[in-house]
Amino acid sequence: MTFHDLFPILFFLCLLTLFALPLGEFMAKVFNGKRTFLTRIVGPVERVLYRVFGVNEKEEMSWKTYAFSLIIFNAIGIMGLFILQLIQGWLPFNPQKFGAVRWDTALNAAISFVTNTNWQSYSGEMTMSYFTQMAGLTVQNFLSAAVGLSSVIALIRGFIRRTAETIGNFWVDLTRSLLYVLLPLTIIWAIVLSSQGVVQTLRPSIHARTLEGREQVIALGPTASQVAIKQLGTNGGGFFNTNSAHPFESPTPLTDFMEVFGLMLLPVSLPLTFGAMLNKRRQGWAIFASMMALFLIGLAVTLWSEFQGNPILERIGIHNGINMEGKEVRFGVIHSILFAQSTTAVASGAVNSMHDSLMPLSGLVLIFNMAIGEVIFGGVGVGLIGMIIYAILTMFLAGLMIGRTPEFIGKKLEPYEMMMSVIAVLSPAVTMLLMASIAISTKIGLSSLSNAGPHGLSEVLYAYASSANNNGSAFAGLNANTLFYNLTTSFAMLVGRFSTIFPALAISGSLAKKQIIPVSTGTFPTTNMLFVMMLVGVVIVVGALTFFPALTLGPLLEHLLVQIGKTF
Amino acid sequence: MKEKKLRIWKSELMIQALKDSVRKLNPRIMAKNPVMFIVEMVSVITLWITVRDFLTGGDFGFNGQISLWLWFTLLFANFAEALAEGQGRAQAESLKKTRSEAFAKRLLADGSLETISALSLHKGDVVWVEEGDPIPGDGEVTEGVALVDESAITGESAPVIREAGGDRSGVTGGTRVLSGKIKVRITANPGETFFDQMITMVESAKRKKTPNEKALDVLLIGLTVTFITVVITLRYFAEYMSVSTTTPILVALLVCLMPTTIGGLLPAIGIAGMDRLLRHNFIAMSGRAVEAAGDVDVVLMDKTGTITLGNRMATEFLATEGVSEKDLIHSTLLASLADDTPEGRSIVVLAKERLGMRGRDIRAPVGASFFSFSVDTRMSGIDWSGHRIRKGAYDAIKDFVTAQGGTMPEKVRQIVDAVSQEGCTPLVVAEDGKILGVIRLKDVLKKGIHERISQIRQMGIKSVMITGDNPLTAATIAAEAGVGDFIAEAKPNIKLELIRKYQAEGHLVAMIGDGTNDAPALAQADVAVAMNAGTQAAREAANIVDLDSNPTKLLDIVEIGKQILITRGALTTFSVANDLAKYFAILPAMFIAQYPLLGILDIMDLASPKTAVLSAVIFNAIIIPMLIPLALRGVRYRPTMVSALLRRNLLIFGFGGLMIPFIGIKLIDLLISGLNLV
Repeated sequence: MTFHDLFPILFFLCLLTLFALPLGEFMAKVFNGKRTFLTRIVGPVERVLYRVFGVNEKEEMSWKTYAFSLIIFNAIGIMGLFILQLIQGWLPFNPQKFGAVRWDTALNAAISFVTNTNWQSYSGEMTMSYFTQMAGLTVQNFLSAAVGLSSVIALIRGFIRRTAETIGNFWVDLTRSLLYVLLPLTIIWAIVLSSQGVVQTLRPSIHARTLEGREQVIALGPTASQVAIKQLGTNGGGFFNTNSAHPFESPTPLTDFMEVFGLMLLPVSLPLTFGAMLNKRRQGWAIFASMMALFLIGLAVTLWSEFQGNPILERIGIHNGINMEGKEVRFGVIHSILFAQSTTAVASGAVNSMHDSLMPLSGLVLIFNMAIGEVIFGGVGVGLIGMIIYAILTMFLAGLMIGRTPEFIGKKLEPYEMMMSVIAVLSPAVTMLLMASIAISTKIGLSSLSNAGPHGLSEVLYAYASSANNNGSAFAGLNANTLFYNLTTSFAMLVGRFSTIFPALAISGSLAKKQIIPVSTGTFPTTNMLFVMMLVGVVIVVGALTFFPALTLGPLLEHLLVQIGKTF
Repeated sequence: MKEKKLRIWKSELMIQALKDSVRKLNPRIMAKNPVMFIVEMVSVITLWITVRDFLTGGDFGFNGQISLWLWFTLLFANFAEALAEGQGRAQAESLKKTRSEAFAKRLLADGSLETISALSLHKGDVVWVEEGDPIPGDGEVTEGVALVDESAITGESAPVIREAGGDRSGVTGGTRVLSGKIKVRITANPGETFFDQMITMVESAKRKKTPNEKALDVLLIGLTVTFITVVITLRYFAEYMSVSTTTPILVALLVCLMPTTIGGLLPAIGIAGMDRLLRHNFIAMSGRAVEAAGDVDVVLMDKTGTITLGNRMATEFLATEGVSEKDLIHSTLLASLADDTPEGRSIVVLAKERLGMRGRDIRAPVGASFFSFSVDTRMSGIDWSGHRIRKGAYDAIKDFVTAQGGTMPEKVRQIVDAVSQEGCTPLVVAEDGKILGVIRLKDVLKKGIHERISQIRQMGIKSVMITGDNPLTAATIAAEAGVGDFIAEAKPNIKLELIRKYQAEGHLVAMIGDGTNDAPALAQADVAVAMNAGTQAAREAANIVDLDSNPTKLLDIVEIGKQILITRGALTTFSVANDLAKYFAILPAMFIAQYPLLGILDIMDLASPKTAVLSAVIFNAIIIPMLIPLALRGVRYRPTMVSALLRRNLLIFGFGGLMIPFIGIKLIDLLISGLNLV
């Protein structure tokens, strides 16, 4: 590994920050209801939508009404998507003549797409009709990202408002997320991707004759549009089973770059939106810096672990023992790792390599990225929510240690906020561990494992880390399309999603009611290096204390065994 | 006021605390502390397993030792709480003692008196207290004036005046009338007096948790639930990996991971904070008020009595042209001899000093008649052998000399202006038609007030001075004392308005008051300190009462409030940071038999898996009594930059919390493997 190898990563991160800055500011304007350059074009559409759906733009909601609207919206989404998959056989745009999706798979997929997880226990091109992909999955790709965006904006309002009862209007936030942010970006991405050769067609699969004279089925479909939003909305649900490693999902280096760029773009911009909406831009940068630090730590460990090589491969004569199994040769190690680190950091779940085949310590980092709650930039909206909640916990301790009852950005942190924060951090972690322990100790759970020993444990841990934190990527090696896994991961996904969003809205409602405490020399500045270090420290310590034993028996033990040449 | 030195390990308190720590094992008492309640439940399970093994003839030695140390963990935690309670109770009892044997002369409806025990007095009763009698309960003087010895509660030997009406009408039970006779209306029922209030604050069973304690409890419960999940699921992960685990070892891991250090010491920290408050002679009405004191960022102070000594004092004589300073001083002295106002007395003192006759008794000349100050004339003086000497405000004296055919020299006007410009009060002295000169009266700051206010500033608290003076005078005093802001020409209700204004901006406001007209403002303030000598209305509106009636002590309350919070935060951080080392002790011990490779986690190189587990459990238990002194005394607090304070505490309790258990567990391991305990 040389500087030459690392240069693309550096370039990538700099370019990302450069784009995030204006996008962050733009979103702050949009959600503050200010005019932007898009208002002239989008404004009329927005007003028509409000009139059609009977939404009063000026009407504000309490946090309970906001949460209620959100849950109704998502419940309808899950039911609609579930039914759509069951009746797809009778619907148009089904050239492959796919029948109804199995009920548990359909339920899992419905919950998965509505919760922005996009865990796929099925293989897309062999299960879902074009109509289901477009009218169901792609629509939820937009909506789930918009719901995430709305919830974080609602949380931010809690910090901005003082002695207020309301935190915004869910329908307005949802509409603006879609019209001003997600749709315009998706259109740009889809056009560029399809110009690079990502397929976008409604024709059925092609039956081709290969050079060896065998027949091959080449799956097609309206891919470019879905890929664009799956990346931008941190959804990650691929059109094809191999996801972003598939040549029709990512045919060129440019598309691959755009895909990893796209999946990071919104999550990276949101801390800056946070700063801009608060009118405390340094605060936004401090959160950004904490996330970036965690990202770089993880990236460094995974790169190190891959370039350490595999002693087993080295012994059989492979140069340096660099492991290429499960990696697309077009991308190579560095790009595969950048993608893997990014996709687990931002709760996307799109993949361009098989995480199952990475070195054990890389797998450990990826599980850790997800298990701490997807807060390293994280999913659209919910990632920032998670980090703000970690910041609340951090400031609770920091506040005590400077001798004040704790506060964060001028808001007092009292038992109610602490309870909600603890619920938000604890629920996904507890769910992940409990589900994994059930899977690993029951016959029905073990029957899906294709590997034994510590690697098998890693597979199960990965599956539930991914579902309980709404990432959606899979370690592979685990047959997840069984009744047991479909139902348990569905449960985990629901917990992961709503135990983040509801506490966040509750916190927002409670904070909005409070006074803003003015900054004095007695206030701890939450924008300095010390704050960033504490926040990063708290995230790592909470994660380490919760997952130390499980990760020791899984990836860490596997790593040690690989060193002496044992595999499973 | 110096804090009385705290002796933690006092034998008489220890014995009671030891008894109490066993009594507190009662699950119903334990349930108040969720973390320790869980520890108790798993300790019962472990004990049961040990007993079962013992009865069935199995190997119970190791489990027995784990079980033993788990119970020690509980006892140590209870001991900390009991010790803090004991100290508070001892403090309160010593204050209260005086009262139990007291009697009262209650005034009956027909006007006759009956003698009853002080303990049977109720609110609204009226009693007569005469010379030599103890005051039987908290109350308000409704008639008469008396000299009261309050040393029993304040430790101050100088007696104080208590009189009906005015702002000095409050009396406290347990004090004694030295001279005079007063009629006192009792204002508290038995069991509701300040002392009783204070005792409930230091007794865990009666004490209410403060919001901050509740919030911290939530965090600790969250950690506990997480670790319960970690340990239960670990059993199944281990089973899948063919590692067998036993319940006692899992319980040991759980208790080591749970925040038992802070969970065990948390009640003690809160109670010890109240004890400290008592030692500073404060009585708090709620723990919340004390914690809020740590957050206060604006404090309102009366100028008079808090910042300045209360009265202006003469500091300089400025003679006009053609008059010698000596003549001026002489005439002024004569004019002031009978002036009983504090200003007048200070003029006499200064004049004597200048004339070199300090201490010599000077009497008014025979035949002199005094002319005392009135609002109409605005001057005072003496008429003596045909001369009329007057001192007073510029305008009044000008009228006086003009009426006698004299004039006001330009020079005097200049002096007066100059003195006013400097924020002092000029008094002009004239003899008959002639102006002699000017006396400079100056507000004198209390000793040490400048340092106190600069400490307040360093804590991030803005001080606001309130005074009825004109803006010029106010500005001068404000600048001299170093206060952040001042309100001049203040009207009585300005305090309430000001507090509301600051609160609307999100500030937390503290104020000190004693007068009845302070009551509404005290009720509004977040931290309201009433002087014990103040009126009953003020004391009822306040949430903290200062028995010493010393307004500058607000700073002590702020420090105590901050100390409680810092101690809580520091021990939580310490407790959580400890967990890492415990993982490194217990996890390799659990896995090493099946996976020798995981021996790399055993970075402490402990003697055997059993000693490793036991060492971790022992460390977890004995760290509690080792931290009792810290919990009871509180983490040291010095006003400094918050970032520096945080960095220091993070270094000591965060980084220290990471490293100390590695050393501690290793040492314990050496010891128990040396003793061959397992």
